[in-house]
Amino acid sequence: MMKLAVGPILYYWPRDTVFEFYEQIAASCADIVYLGETVCSRRHLLRLPDWLELAGMLSARGKQVVLSTQALLESESDLKALRRIAGNGDFAVEANDMGAVNLLAGRVPFVAGPFLNIYNQQTLALMASLGAQRWVMPVEMARTALLNLQQTRPAGLETEVFAYGRLPLAFSSRCFTARFHNLPKDDCRFLCVDDPDGKTMRTREGKPFLVINGIQTQSALVHNLIGDLPSLAEAGVEVLRISPQSAHTAAVIQLFRDVLEQRVTAELALQQTQRMAPAECCNGYWHGGAGMEQHFSAAEACAAVA
Amino acid sequence: MQPEYKLELVCPAGSLPALKAAVDNGADCVYMGFRDDTNARNFTGLNFDLTNARSGVEYAHARGAQVLLALNTYPHSQGWERWKRAIDNAADTGMDAIILADLGLMQYAMKTHPQLHLHLSVQGSASNYEAINFYHEHFGVRRAVLPRVLSFAQVEELAKGTKVELELFGFGGLCVMAEGRCALSSYVTGESPNNCGVCSPPKAVRWQQTAQGMESRLNGVLIDRYADNENAGYPTLCKGRFEVEGATYYAMEEPTSLNTLELLPELMRIKVRGLKIEGRQRSPAYVAQVTRVWRAAIDQCKRNPQSFAVSPAWSAELGKLAEGQQQTLGAYNRPWK
Repeated sequence: MMKLAVGPILYYWPRDTVFEFYEQIAASCADIVYLGETVCSRRHLLRLPDWLELAGMLSARGKQVVLSTQALLESESDLKALRRIAGNGDFAVEANDMGAVNLLAGRVPFVAGPFLNIYNQQTLALMASLGAQRWVMPVEMARTALLNLQQTRPAGLETEVFAYGRLPLAFSSRCFTARFHNLPKDDCRFLCVDDPDGKTMRTREGKPFLVINGIQTQSALVHNLIGDLPSLAEAGVEVLRISPQSAHTAAVIQLFRDVLEQRVTAELALQQTQRMAPAECCNGYWHGGAGMEQHFSAAEACAAVA
Repeated sequence: MQPEYKLELVCPAGSLPALKAAVDNGADCVYMGFRDDTNARNFTGLNFDLTNARSGVEYAHARGAQVLLALNTYPHSQGWERWKRAIDNAADTGMDAIILADLGLMQYAMKTHPQLHLHLSVQGSASNYEAINFYHEHFGVRRAVLPRVLSFAQVEELAKGTKVELELFGFGGLCVMAEGRCALSSYVTGESPNNCGVCSPPKAVRWQQTAQGMESRLNGVLIDRYADNENAGYPTLCKGRFEVEGATYYAMEEPTSLNTLELLPELMRIKVRGLKIEGRQRSPAYVAQVTRVWRAAIDQCKRNPQSFAVSPAWSAELGKLAEGQQQTLGAYNRPWK
């Protein structure tokens, strides 16, 4: 049975919202929870002691906790924060930059995060030899490419796939939220706190295209593989990542569980997630196409045949 | 004794004529790619087959210039043999170094061709010294090309934490995103720099004159629309105009080029080893002009860094060549962020 993981919160939510959110997650059927600020070092409503407090609470409620590290490390203070996480001593760490791998390799078992660009067997084997116990597939990788990679996967290494949520597509040193407000990044006034699911960027004909989340750019569409669970299982995927959105995350986790345990059909689950998602869904990457495409999933194909 | 410090001018060669133009105009190094998806400028009609690569190496070496091979995409398992062969060919043709991003390839190169120098590509996204030192300790990487995300103060701070030589982008196209961490292009077209060596690929581009103006689309997505009095630019997707909460503007970046000419004395002060000019997709004439200006500037700065001033003639010449005729210091200048 595939495990369900809650990815790190990619947005800047008020402190109380974050604590309430993890209270819901603690009560949910998620198996694994990734915690921490991975996008912007200026965000400060929660500090490491707060994340560790949440980690302790979730761990006591039976969740496996992993502390995630920042993807774009630019300064000495970013590295200091990284060192504190790497050396926390209690919880596993997700490395989202090679700088984190440098601190963890050979010392502490770690999760090789989705931004490490693991695209082939050789790189995957190397990561395992450095101490990776799990790796997260790059979001743009297709099912067929993963199948190839899984054939020679090192023993004991788990594979995780980003299965639900707005796709984290790019990082910049520029803050696009500050740019929208005509503010310099150094005086951003933390206005991204007003965008619990990011700020939608539309094309000039009004089509939702991307989402601004500080220095991160996401897809406007919600990547959703709930209709593709058979092919994920067939590819030997052990963990599915559900990326938090501001509403319905616990319900989405429950739906994934219900489909995995065959209490709900994939077709119905697709319809229900579509109602809960902040935008239309897509699954193009998994099917080898452009990420924004929505391909026929197994469930729909079955329905069509029937 | 410490070898004398030298800032090397590293110029793009998308073809043999461009390579010759770079060498003839004063490049210390040229970088090239093979004619396939093993490099991040995988465009039709561009790059080198083995015969041309050999001629290029011969031409450059005869004139004291080095040749670097850009092998900066990430191979999938199915394509592994093609990338491996490219490394073997680089060694075989006598190239001076290969520019890599993928860990697996670095390991192969180090084991199979220990004499080949390894440079970390900008696609490796190493924006801090812990990352750079990782590549050095595990693969003996000698030089790292920094992503265009750091302010100059951050570059200076980073330099103190590593023995690895640093190479910085000095002029040409400006990636707004951390290189190697951007999947915007594959989100829209299925092809990205990491997996196919292209961004906003030409085959996905459509132009259409409409009642509202000239429209540029990428796989059907409207990237920009131009009024009759505006110059229509190539629809690189992060440089289009989009609408955010009622405001239509360049939400990510204007069509603009990076130009760090005025930073030269500072770059030399902190002993940056490579100054990279972007543009393997550009013409030999472009390469010649840009190389000439930068050669003159570096030489002048070396002679007298205290009194270095950007000559108006250089600025005028580079200004004509810049994308959208606009230039920026990018992230090196903190307010850009």
